[in-house]
Amino acid sequence: MSTPTAPAKKTNRLGFDILPYRGGKTTLCAGCGHNAVTERLVEACWDLGVEPWRVAKISGIGCSSKTPAYFLGQSHGFNSVHGRAPAVATGALLANHELRCVLVSGDGDTASIGLGQYMHTLRRNPAMLYLIENNGVYGLTKGQFSATSDLGAKSKGGAVNAFTPIDCCLAAIEYGATFVARSFSGDKKQLSALLRAALSHDGLAVVDVISPCVAFNDHEGSTKSYSYMKDHEEPLHDIDFIPFFNDIEVEFEEGVTREVSLHDGSRILLHKLEHDYDPSSRLNAVTRLHQASDGDEVLTGLLYLDRSRPSFTRTLNMVDRPLATLPESVTRPRREALERINEEYR
Amino acid sequence: MHATPVVNDFSIHVATANGSGSQTANSVLMRSIFQMGVPVSGKNLFPSNIAGLPTWFTIRASRKGYIGRKKEIDLLIAMNPETAREDVMALDAGAAVVYDEPLALAGLRDDLVFYAVPFDKLVTGVCPEPKLRKLVRNMIYTGVAAHLLGIEIDEVRKALVKQFGERKKKTAEMNWQAVLAGQSYASENLPKADPLKVERMDANQGRLIIDGNTAAALGCVFAGATVLTWYPITPSSSLAEAMIDFLGRLRQDPETGKATYAVVQAEDELAAAGMVLGAGWAGARAMTCTSGPGISLMSEFLGLGYFAEIPGVFIDVQRVGPSTGLPTRTMQGDTLTNAIVSHGDTRHPLYFPSNPEECFSMATEAFNLAEKFQTPVFVNLDLDLGMNNWMSDPFEYPELPVDRGKVLSTEDLERLGGFSRYLDVDGDGVPYRTLPGTPHDKAGYFTRGTGHDEHARYSEKAEDWIANMDRLSRKFESIRGAIPAPEVRFNPSARVGVVCCGTSRYAMEEACDQLREELGLETSSLRLKAYPFTDSLNEFIKAHDRVYVIDQNRDAQLLALMKLDMDPSLLLNLRSVRYYGGLPLDARTVSGEIARQEGIQ
Repeated sequence: MSTPTAPAKKTNRLGFDILPYRGGKTTLCAGCGHNAVTERLVEACWDLGVEPWRVAKISGIGCSSKTPAYFLGQSHGFNSVHGRAPAVATGALLANHELRCVLVSGDGDTASIGLGQYMHTLRRNPAMLYLIENNGVYGLTKGQFSATSDLGAKSKGGAVNAFTPIDCCLAAIEYGATFVARSFSGDKKQLSALLRAALSHDGLAVVDVISPCVAFNDHEGSTKSYSYMKDHEEPLHDIDFIPFFNDIEVEFEEGVTREVSLHDGSRILLHKLEHDYDPSSRLNAVTRLHQASDGDEVLTGLLYLDRSRPSFTRTLNMVDRPLATLPESVTRPRREALERINEEYR
Repeated sequence: MHATPVVNDFSIHVATANGSGSQTANSVLMRSIFQMGVPVSGKNLFPSNIAGLPTWFTIRASRKGYIGRKKEIDLLIAMNPETAREDVMALDAGAAVVYDEPLALAGLRDDLVFYAVPFDKLVTGVCPEPKLRKLVRNMIYTGVAAHLLGIEIDEVRKALVKQFGERKKKTAEMNWQAVLAGQSYASENLPKADPLKVERMDANQGRLIIDGNTAAALGCVFAGATVLTWYPITPSSSLAEAMIDFLGRLRQDPETGKATYAVVQAEDELAAAGMVLGAGWAGARAMTCTSGPGISLMSEFLGLGYFAEIPGVFIDVQRVGPSTGLPTRTMQGDTLTNAIVSHGDTRHPLYFPSNPEECFSMATEAFNLAEKFQTPVFVNLDLDLGMNNWMSDPFEYPELPVDRGKVLSTEDLERLGGFSRYLDVDGDGVPYRTLPGTPHDKAGYFTRGTGHDEHARYSEKAEDWIANMDRLSRKFESIRGAIPAPEVRFNPSARVGVVCCGTSRYAMEEACDQLREELGLETSSLRLKAYPFTDSLNEFIKAHDRVYVIDQNRDAQLLALMKLDMDPSLLLNLRSVRYYGGLPLDARTVSGEIARQEGIQ
């Protein structure tokens, strides 16, 4: 009898297996949507062959903000201040625009305490993945409504939310993000494609993922529960993602599939479902989002893509070399320059 | 003519309406006296308003080199109808008044010298264009004052050319005509009846005239700052704006024209502080400048910076608070706040510059300190220092190289086989760090505001928490040895000492002379240049029976900070001298209060 050989470990284009892309063990609840999102993120980074050392994981405060500890264990991570991760991430990119920045936030962190920073980050369009793990509830403080809770949604204790929700995708499209998508933590294939596409985008990629909270918002009357999403998710299209290093020819039928290319040469294939959807139209995206929420549906997919607007660090016209690595000979002007200025003020 | 002339020792108070273009006239007058070689200072006392409200500019000439505010006004130039009466009534007997003739001030008092000048009539003569008259009208009083005080007219001309620069020749010429009109009117119509006089000296050889904000901005540029994030707030905005100007001139790549820096006008001070920390974490020399209300907003991030150990320079140009307070007036309002700002146990090092040279050198030093000790560092200016023009020695090129602190490279990690982010390897409390983007599988670590152990792992254990906080204390002790020592003027026969920081030095130095010359009280003085305080402060206090601590705030913040840091047995020797009216501190306030408490008045 021959001894069976262990199957070779699957490796990505850098020759890494999945291990460097994993992180610490999650401390979130079993069944939490965030854990599924983390899994998809691990797969996406592995699949794209992202260099772990090049990634900066940045978060605010809350359940979602804990997750950077659970993926890419070799990368630098920064669990910062509630609602202020966008500023920290922006600062990190100013210092080193070659970092691949992954920001993980939640609905409280982004749409309540961090709304101001969110809006202004949208305006600046820094190149990063801005992931919102949206469960409509404050988990760590045990079940209060968040600003993305739908009007009329019921809390676990039976209270009815009396306020209109903030739609992070609508805001993102309106104020300047250049890649805007919504997905559902339970939609493995779609989320996976969207995350890989978002990580390949050179600009601000907002991905708002409905990610149910099993502890405080997964009951009857919730609009962010697994069962609600199962019944109300309305995908715009089926999505495939083909990374830039994969140069396979894809044949597709005109009018059924749209091909959209990203800056790095990666391609997104959008296969038509009920209607054709053009993600380059801002007006159309906004209209469809409003129609969906009026019909109690949750629209998912690639909502909006703008490949023309430069990212924030590009608009600043900085030298190619990251500011963090510039030597003194570049950053400290010469003696003569100071003497000239002394003379000007004499 | 007055019997004894008062030479190079007087103050001029110019009262105008805000937005009337008086700043140029005042600057030219101040610069003319400066060019006469006489020590001079200028202080703009302005309202929080764009145009219309009353504003005053005080110029002090002092042969002894006193450049703090002088309380008494010797020459009033009354141009503002709204305040003229009040301004005149507040003068001490014997003062002189140049005023706009229609204001008819001469009848108000008979113990002053009055000079009436028909400004409207004179300006019509030099400026045919009615629209421009408002802009050159004030330059007439510069000519009048130059004549009355005996300032050489060539120096006024030179100052004017300097003020307008080469590019505004036409404007300069029109203003020059206004100066001449004032001068000739005065020489023909105003017989000298006051004793004030400028005589040429040689005290200003090589010196500059510059404001503290510009000097600090320049210091940051020569420190090699790469990231500036800011939110506009008086009185710090001009620092950011000066820096943007210098960066644009001095920090472009010569080949590509691209910037070796990034500037972001943030949406608020919270974001500005967050960007500083993000940039500092990722290896930039990052900074922001703000004032008290901004510090309040940055407070949460400052605690994170301290605890997560991230470098950043925070320049605070202090103004009067609490709340919106007096936004265009000066105060040492954040001395205590900045030392301990944020919740929990926090300590931050502070620099206390007192003049433009120190604004430059301390701003430069602050970046090295921040990176060496991986912590937020404050540079405390105040509005008086930041926004007013000061005489300054030329700036000296920084001799110390840029020190990026304990940063491990890929090669270091290869050699060491890894690292522990918060381990005190060297016993100085300062751990090693890596920058994001360092290509090595052991480079990464997790930065957090939550409890952590030496390996940057999450921990809620009491022993881990205490060990970390104790290491942070050790680090702060190491900082104590790395900051500038106080400037001490030790007088062996003095039983009384005086301590201050920042711009209080001018009033302190003059007050010590007043106490000796007028009351025979000998004093020693010590000017703090930074916090944490060094042992020399304890020694100074021990060497005197009583030590007066000067504060430009109500709550004696510097004294309170000293109490937090000092041997309790010394506290009984401490006294407080406070001023909190929003004007730059003057010597009389200090000497008067010390004399009162000493019971020798």
